[in-house]
Amino acid sequence: MNTILMNSNKKSTGIAALVAKNEDAILADWNREMAGSIRRSDLIKDSDLRAECAQFLRLLKDGLETGNVNFQSPTWDKTREMLSDLSRTRAAQGFTPTETASFIFSIKRPLFTQARDDAKGNGEVLAEQMWIITELLDAMGLYTTEVFQKSREEMIRRQQEELLELSTPVVKLWDGVLALPVIGTLDSARTQVVMESLLQAIVQTNSRVAIIDITGVPTVDTVVAQHLLKTVTAARLMGADCIISGVRPQIAQTIVHLGINLLDVTTKANLSSAFALALKKLGITFVRETQKS
Amino acid sequence: MEKIPILKMGEFLLVTIQVDMHDRLALNLQDDLTRMISKTEAHGVLIDISSLDIVDSFIGRMLANIANMSRVLDAETVVVGMQPAVAITLVELGLSLTGVRTALHVDAGMELLRVALNGANGSKAINGSAATKDDYGSNFE
Amino acid sequence: MAVTSSESLPLASEPDIVSIRRRVREISARLGFTLVDQTKVVTAASELARNTVIYGGGGVVQVESLNGPRVGLRLIFEDKGPGIPDIELALRNGFTTGSGMGLGLGGAKRLVNDFEIISRVGEGTKITVTRWK
Repeated sequence: MNTILMNSNKKSTGIAALVAKNEDAILADWNREMAGSIRRSDLIKDSDLRAECAQFLRLLKDGLETGNVNFQSPTWDKTREMLSDLSRTRAAQGFTPTETASFIFSIKRPLFTQARDDAKGNGEVLAEQMWIITELLDAMGLYTTEVFQKSREEMIRRQQEELLELSTPVVKLWDGVLALPVIGTLDSARTQVVMESLLQAIVQTNSRVAIIDITGVPTVDTVVAQHLLKTVTAARLMGADCIISGVRPQIAQTIVHLGINLLDVTTKANLSSAFALALKKLGITFVRETQKS
Repeated sequence: MEKIPILKMGEFLLVTIQVDMHDRLALNLQDDLTRMISKTEAHGVLIDISSLDIVDSFIGRMLANIANMSRVLDAETVVVGMQPAVAITLVELGLSLTGVRTALHVDAGMELLRVALNGANGSKAINGSAATKDDYGSNFE
Repeated sequence: MAVTSSESLPLASEPDIVSIRRRVREISARLGFTLVDQTKVVTAASELARNTVIYGGGGVVQVESLNGPRVGLRLIFEDKGPGIPDIELALRNGFTTGSGMGLGLGGAKRLVNDFEIISRVGEGTKITVTRWK
């Protein structure tokens, strides 16, 4: 182990010690720092915020005590977990990424103040401690921003999925017959959502036949065609038959050119012929009432 | 030793799988089932997997084996109640389960069996079997 | 990648396959996976665990919860078994519902997002799979 590293370790344990000695003072100072623009008392209660600060400071102290100041190492796993949770919660509550990261950055001044008082004029020690603190807190602040971004992306994706489900309603045409009229382009994500809601609907409504109508779909590529095939196969495994209706001439050509095997799948030109077939499969016939004269 | 119960429901046998299956249990089930089919001369077997939230290749192979063995003993097998998430996963896994009929639930399965046994032989062909049935369900060699 | 929790489970015999299915189900549910994704990762775990027990002569699986920035579940299957001579072939092989072995690695691969395999004949096999939320 080289001397620079050893000294870093010693300095970091030194910081841990001064944190331990002055925990309350640092927390009070930190709270004052945050009282400015980033406090957002409309989004988070005082007591909750104070609890978070106390928890973070404790984790910071624990990590510093080990002497390992590399934020990527397993030493800081618990801290990363706490910050990850914090960041996600903040994102959901409506904080901005800056406000979230500022939770971390605003502890810098309180820590520097304590370190300066503790250093008692020893400039070199103070400089090193400030450097360690800066590097560590910067890494943490950036980390919260990363997690924030990821959780926002997840949220948007979930909302998109919900929208997709709403935009492709499953319709019960008859007792035992479902129809899924798909409108617009089908991408991989949408097809998967559609597939899952159809299969769920089959179970819930006890429908033996499901008609997937793609009249409103302008193009179908290999990926989507494969997803449709998977849907049909999955429905079959569950005990329901699928009929694909409304296959446009262009799509029929694409399917053949792509070499997709649709021999196993029943296709019909339009929804009404598909419905007629469905009723036939279920053994249902309609009888016209004779007119009473 | 735990065994999976096989119930007689009219002319059919019903097996409900609710536990995590392992080798010994699966082998026992296959043994018991083939013996019961012969003993009761049942022509249909229903396997209810509506409680299974996982079907891996092991279970898949077991189901296919049961279907094949039953067929040799002149009984049709219907697997009922597969959960959607399981179906999606099986398709992704690439398990085709050809030769295994399916239905949404036990009642639908029984109806399927009755149609298969009484009516003209419909949708799925019986693989490689030399025996054929006439309308009354008896065998020709 | 923050590994929130990591545990090592033995894969010596069949009951262990059932245990690891339950554990992966618990963890993936806790991590908030959708039902379909849970089913996929549990099924993949069952396949790979079975391979480890039956073809690998037993081994271990490391189960890691990943919680930041991305949430996911990582499984590392290791055995000191005979190894797989032709990995390409094993990945291509599907299942046969009748007889026939088929490690079904290709199938398991489709159920996860990341799939990595290291195998040396006579030394053993290590398969790392990850399913992201």
